[in-house]
Amino acid sequence: MTTPNTCHHCGDPVTSMSPAGPDFCCRGCAGAFALLGDLGLKSYYSRRSIDPKTRPLRPDTDEIAAINFTDLVSTDDKGIHHLNLMVDGIHCAACVWLIETLLQKNPSVLHARVNMTTRRLRMAWNGGIADVDELVKPVLQMGYRLIPFDPAVLEQATKARNSELLRCLAVAGFAAGNVMLLSVSVWAGYFQGMGGATRDLFHWISALIALPAAAYAGIPFYRSAWGAIRNRRVNMDVPISLGVILALGMSLAETMRGGPHAYFDSAITLLFFLLVGRYLDSRARGQARSAAEHLLSLNARSVTVLDDDGTRRLIAPDKAKPGMIVIVAAGERIGIDGEILDGQSDIDTSLITGESIPNTAKPGTSVFAGTTNISAPLRIRVTATGQTTLLAEIVRLMENAEQGRAKYVALADRVAKSYAPVVHILSGTTFLGWWLIGGIGWQDALMNAIAVLIITCPCALALAVPVVQVIATGRLLRAGILVKSATALERLTSIRGVIFDKTGTLTTGKPELISNTENEGSLELAASIAANSSHPLSRALVRAAGNVTPIANVSEHPGQGLSAELPGGMVRLGSRAFCGIAENADLSSHVAGPEIWLQEPGRAAVRFVFRDAPRHDAEQVIETLSARGFDISLLSGDRPVTVSQLAETLGIRDWKAQLSPADKANEIARRAEDGKCDLMVGDGINDAPALAAAHASMSPASAAEISQNVADIVFQGDRLSAVIEAIDVAKKSDRLVRQNFMLSFGYNLITIPLAVSGMVTPLVAAIAMSSSSLIVIANALRLRSGSDKPIIEDRAPLPVRAQEAGAPSV
Amino acid sequence: MSNLLLLIPIALFLGLLGLAAFLWSLKSGQFDDMEGAANRILFDDDDQEPQDSHTKNN
Repeated sequence: MTTPNTCHHCGDPVTSMSPAGPDFCCRGCAGAFALLGDLGLKSYYSRRSIDPKTRPLRPDTDEIAAINFTDLVSTDDKGIHHLNLMVDGIHCAACVWLIETLLQKNPSVLHARVNMTTRRLRMAWNGGIADVDELVKPVLQMGYRLIPFDPAVLEQATKARNSELLRCLAVAGFAAGNVMLLSVSVWAGYFQGMGGATRDLFHWISALIALPAAAYAGIPFYRSAWGAIRNRRVNMDVPISLGVILALGMSLAETMRGGPHAYFDSAITLLFFLLVGRYLDSRARGQARSAAEHLLSLNARSVTVLDDDGTRRLIAPDKAKPGMIVIVAAGERIGIDGEILDGQSDIDTSLITGESIPNTAKPGTSVFAGTTNISAPLRIRVTATGQTTLLAEIVRLMENAEQGRAKYVALADRVAKSYAPVVHILSGTTFLGWWLIGGIGWQDALMNAIAVLIITCPCALALAVPVVQVIATGRLLRAGILVKSATALERLTSIRGVIFDKTGTLTTGKPELISNTENEGSLELAASIAANSSHPLSRALVRAAGNVTPIANVSEHPGQGLSAELPGGMVRLGSRAFCGIAENADLSSHVAGPEIWLQEPGRAAVRFVFRDAPRHDAEQVIETLSARGFDISLLSGDRPVTVSQLAETLGIRDWKAQLSPADKANEIARRAEDGKCDLMVGDGINDAPALAAAHASMSPASAAEISQNVADIVFQGDRLSAVIEAIDVAKKSDRLVRQNFMLSFGYNLITIPLAVSGMVTPLVAAIAMSSSSLIVIANALRLRSGSDKPIIEDRAPLPVRAQEAGAPSV
Repeated sequence: MSNLLLLIPIALFLGLLGLAAFLWSLKSGQFDDMEGAANRILFDDDDQEPQDSHTKNN
C-alpha cells in the first residue's frame, strides 16, 4: 500500500475505501471543506494547529439531527434569545475564530463568543427560537459537537464565589499597598524622629483606608467563622477573623489616643495573603470541576421517542413516561428502563453488571438505562421512570452509603480546633499577667495581649494547606487527573487498601482476540467479513487483523452473526449455534471466554476466542501497589470464571465475583468497620454505592455518569497508573503540609515569647508575618518542581487542556 | 508638610482609580477567559469584519 493521504479537513488518514475520494476521509469532511470555501474562510486551514489529543473534527451526519437546541434557550425582555453551549472538538485559537465567524456570518446573530478556557459558547440572536437549529448548522457541519447546557445549574455557584474572592483580593491588595507605604514612613520615622503630629496623621489615613477595606475584603472569612461558631465548631477562620478585628480595633484606639503603635498594615496584609491562597485554591478546584462537568455533559444523550402517529422526537430521558415507545439505534446508549418490543440485538451491560460479554436481546427482554445497544436497532416500551428505575435504586443505595461515611474533618480545621483555644488562653494569660503581676496599666496590658493575638494569627498556618493543595491539584490536572473534592488528597494519604472493579477499570472493557495457530490462516477472511459489523467482537477481530478491506455481500443476523456470499459458497461468522456446531464439539484449545466461529464450506470450523484485556499497565500498577504494602482486592459483578482468570493474571489474591451493587458497598462498609480505610476504583453504575462508601474513590473518565459524580477523583486516559500518581502526589503534599505546620509552629515558638514579654512592635510583626508566609509558600513550591515524569512509561493522551494552576505570585 | 497634604491624596486617588478599573474589567467579564484573550490578539482581520471583542455579557 502507498502511504495514506490525510484528510484535508480532519487530518485523519484517508483509507482506500473512502467514499469521498483521495482528499477526504468521508463525505462530511468534504462537505465541510466545500462550505468553508464558499464562505471564504479557507484561511482557517492555514492558521489552525491540530491537537492530536482532542477528538478529530469529523462531521457526524446523524448527530446533526439528533440534538434539540431549543430546550434551554432563554429570551430576555427585548426579544433577544440567548443560549449557552458546550463545544467539543476545539483544537486551538483558530477553532474559536472559525466558530465565532461562522455564527456571525448570519446577520441575525448579535453575539457569539467562545470561552477558550471552559470551551463554552454563548450566543444571542434575533428572530425565532427555532432559528437556532439553522444558525448552529454550519458549526456542526465543521464537525464540532455542541451540547446545550443550563449555566444556572452548572457553573454559577463557583463562578460567583470566584469573582467575590477576586474582588476582595483587589480591595485588600489596594489597601495593603497604600497602608504599607504609610507604615514604612512611620517605621522610618522611629529612627529619624518623625513628629507626633505627622505620625498621627499617617495613622489616621491608614485607618481610613484599612477599616473599610478590611470590612469588605474580610467578608469571606467573617462569614465562614460565624457559620462555624453558630454550629459550635472552630475552624481556621475563627482565629483569623478575631485577630483581624482585634488588631484593627486596638489600632484605632491607639490612633485616637495618639499612641506610637498601630497594626493597620499587619491586619490588611494578613487578609491579602490569605485571600491569595483562597482564590488560587478555589480556582484550581473550579478548573478540575469544570473539566469534569465538561466530560459529563458530553455523555448526556437524549432519547428518541416514537409517537403514535409515527413521528420521532427527541426528549430528555427523565421526561419519558411509562408506555412510551423509544427507538434505540445500533451503538446507542439506552436511556430508559424498558422492555423490548421489536428487534433482535446484543446488549452491552458492562456498566450495570460488570459482565464483559454482551447479552443477546430479543422481544420481551428487559433492558436498563445505562446499557448499550450494539448490533441492531430496537424498539423499547418504557416500563419505569424516575424513582422506580434501576438507576434510582442505585442512587438510593449510594445515598445510604454516603451517610455511613464518617464526616471527614479537614486537617487544617482539626489543627485549628486545638490551636485556637491555646492562642486565646495565651493571650488572656498575657493580659492578666501584665495587669495583675506586672503592675502596668490595663491599656498597656491589653496592648501586649493583642500583640500576642496578632503574632499568633495563623497567617502561615492558613496558607500552609491551600498553597500545597493548589500546586498538587494543578500538577494532577496537567496529568489528566481531576481532583473534585477538597479533602480527597488528605483522605488518600490514610488508605491502607485499594479495591478495584474489573470490567472497564482493571480491563479496558473491550474484548481482544487471543491469537493462536488454530485461527491464524482464517483471521484475514473473518476480519474482512467482520468489518461490516459494529459488534464488539467483530471490531476486535478487525483490530487484530490490522488493515483489512471489508468484503461486500455480507448480511448481519443480529444476535447470531454474519453471513457472506462468496464465490466458494456461503461463509458464516458468528455464534456456535449460528455456524451449526454441536454444543459438545471437541475443542482443540480449552481457553474459556467469549468466542465466535468461522464456518467455510468444506472446511473445519475455526474458533476465535476473546478476552477482556487488562489495561496495559494494570499488572505493573498492581505490582507497585502491593510492593508498597497496600492490600489489593478485586470486587466484580461478573462470573467467577472470568474474575478468577483476571485475578490470576494480575496477581490479585483477594477477589470476589458476582456481587450486586449493594454487596460491593457492604463489603467496603464491613472492611471500614474493621478499621481499614480503602480506596475504591470503579467505573460502573454498579460501583457507585461502593464508591460512595469507600474512604476515597477514583473513577476513569470513561465511567458511568453517576460514578464520575460520586468519585472524589476522575482520571482520563488509558493508564491505570493515575492511581499511583494520585497517591504519590497526595503523600507528597501531606508531607509538605505537615512540614509547613511545623515551620509555622517553629516561628510561633520564637515570636510568642517576644509578644508575651511585650517586645513586639508593628515593624517586628510585619517582618515576622511576611517572612513566615514566604517560607511556607516556598516550601510548598517544592511539590511543583518535583519529578513530573511518568511513573510508568507511555502516557495516554490528555483530552483536557489543563491550564496552569499557577503558583502564588506573592 | 504641605506637600504631603497634596501628594497623599493624589497617590490615593490614583490607587483608587486602578482599583476601580480592575473591578470594572472584572465585572465586564474580561477575566472569564484568560486563555482565549491571550490567543485572540493573534487573529488578523484580513478576511472578516473587525470583531467587537468586548461585547457586554447579557
